[in-house]
Amino acid sequence: MSTVRALSTHTARQFLVSGSGCRAPHNWTAGPGRINLRGLATSAEASLRKTGLYDFHIANGGKMVPFAGYQMPLAYGNIGQVASHTHVRTEAGLFDVGHMVQSNFRGRTATAFLEWLTPSSLISLAPYTSTLSVLLNENGGIIDDTVITKHSDDAYYVVTNAGRRDRDLAWFKEKLQEWNASDRATGGQVEHEVLEDWGLVAVQGPAAAQYLQGLTSFDLRELTFGKSAFVPIEGFNLHVARGGYTGEDGFEISIPPSQTLEVTQLLCNAPVQLAGLGARDSLRLEAGMCLYGNDLDEDTSPVEAGLTWVIGKERRETGDFIGAEGVRKHLKDGPPRRRVGFIVDGAPARQGAQIYSSLEKELIGAVTSGIPSPTLGKNIAMGYVKSGFHKKGTEVDIDVRNKLRKAVVTPMPFMKPNYWRG
Amino acid sequence: MFSVIRQATRARSMPLRAVRTVPSNIVRMPACRSIVTKGYTEEHEVVSFDDETGLGVVAITNHAQESLGDVVFVELPAVGSNVSKGNQIGAVESVKAASDIYAPVSGTVTEVNEVLNSEPGLLNRSPEDKGWLCKIKLSAPDEMKELLTLEGYKATWES
Repeated sequence: MSTVRALSTHTARQFLVSGSGCRAPHNWTAGPGRINLRGLATSAEASLRKTGLYDFHIANGGKMVPFAGYQMPLAYGNIGQVASHTHVRTEAGLFDVGHMVQSNFRGRTATAFLEWLTPSSLISLAPYTSTLSVLLNENGGIIDDTVITKHSDDAYYVVTNAGRRDRDLAWFKEKLQEWNASDRATGGQVEHEVLEDWGLVAVQGPAAAQYLQGLTSFDLRELTFGKSAFVPIEGFNLHVARGGYTGEDGFEISIPPSQTLEVTQLLCNAPVQLAGLGARDSLRLEAGMCLYGNDLDEDTSPVEAGLTWVIGKERRETGDFIGAEGVRKHLKDGPPRRRVGFIVDGAPARQGAQIYSSLEKELIGAVTSGIPSPTLGKNIAMGYVKSGFHKKGTEVDIDVRNKLRKAVVTPMPFMKPNYWRG
Repeated sequence: MFSVIRQATRARSMPLRAVRTVPSNIVRMPACRSIVTKGYTEEHEVVSFDDETGLGVVAITNHAQESLGDVVFVELPAVGSNVSKGNQIGAVESVKAASDIYAPVSGTVTEVNEVLNSEPGLLNRSPEDKGWLCKIKLSAPDEMKELLTLEGYKATWES
């Protein structure tokens, strides 16, 4: 158990969706513990939630750590993070993402309601298609990033982050009441249902499709990236969305509570290997994807975050969504800072590392996520820099433990995505 | 006492092997009669101190490397720098995390393990031997007495 406890300290600090940002990259080791490999106080663990697969993780050697209010597997057995990462890139991995919040929005004005909460074009979104989107506050800051799947004009399936559960659910409740009490809901009220305790697993990797195809008569070639369908899998009828958080081809499968364990067991035989939060973080960073709390927060607009593409084209000028004014200002005047990728020489730059211009050594931003990339064998990072320093090829200096390391602004994703587009 | 002798036997060959892998101008006496003692910190550093030469070889423990996972970068102190016990003297980076290395004893850094610059994975394969970090000429050898024994160290993380 000691190793399990040992791992929880730095992982918790590294992964905890803190929102505080700007933590010195090596701060997890600071304080009296220094190389602090010992665990956090166990009293906090009692209040942590568990997904329906908790016992399954333990039985499979999962090293459980606190993450976003849940006890989640960091890794399994003695499989290192790099090995697990590589397995997903070359074969397939299964991630328990059942901590994420799954919701249904239903009602005659559901499309209009969600177009008020987000800047996405949902009218034009085809049924059984998903889009990345953002929930915005009144200033245009990102409350959460989310994937919205349209089933029909009056039915949507929405997945939001576990770490933002309380904030999101309170926001949905407040805005739904406002909506349903207003004239805009005269065409029909909107209802919100949280799929409590439902399972959600992601099968990711180049071998994922062939494996899943062996369990269903549904022709998965038709299910291209961003599409979803109810797919019969060995007698279970499950919502399957093609996509994920790794940059690989893959599927996110939503499962009713009573079936979660059985379905997961069906899905995780060779070559599919269980993969944990460690691999998930390095995979998503290579794919250039944001982790809310690290790379996104309520003080950041989608334009700053490089997520302008999630804003529907016809909605940029006239869209009536919460936060539109702030977003439009950034669209029109340009954002003061922008999220970019870096390749860093020498030492890896991690969250909180400060970024300086290479000539005047002016402080121009900070790293929000950074790791040595297992796939590239180079140090990759993402962070925010003052506009003007965001162009591809710009050389900057990043402070790692009081040493300036050369870094180059590099387009993301850092690796070529491997999505199935038919 | 028995454990000191046992550790002395284990540790004796280490500097010799290090000499073979690292070009070094420090000439070691073969089969010296000195006693090598090992001391550990709660922060997972280990020092092997040779009372003949006054040199302490600093490394991180096997337990530390296991917890860190694949090491990809090691930052080492400058040769010639004077360090006080508790000073940050370097860092070890894995995909998972960065961890600072603090001087377990005071003194002058006489040599660093340059092999780690090109082969950081050595720290996983041989943490307390070929993956040593630096050598410190102790200014206060008595500080060794303040360090933990292997048993005492294990007790800090074994439940």
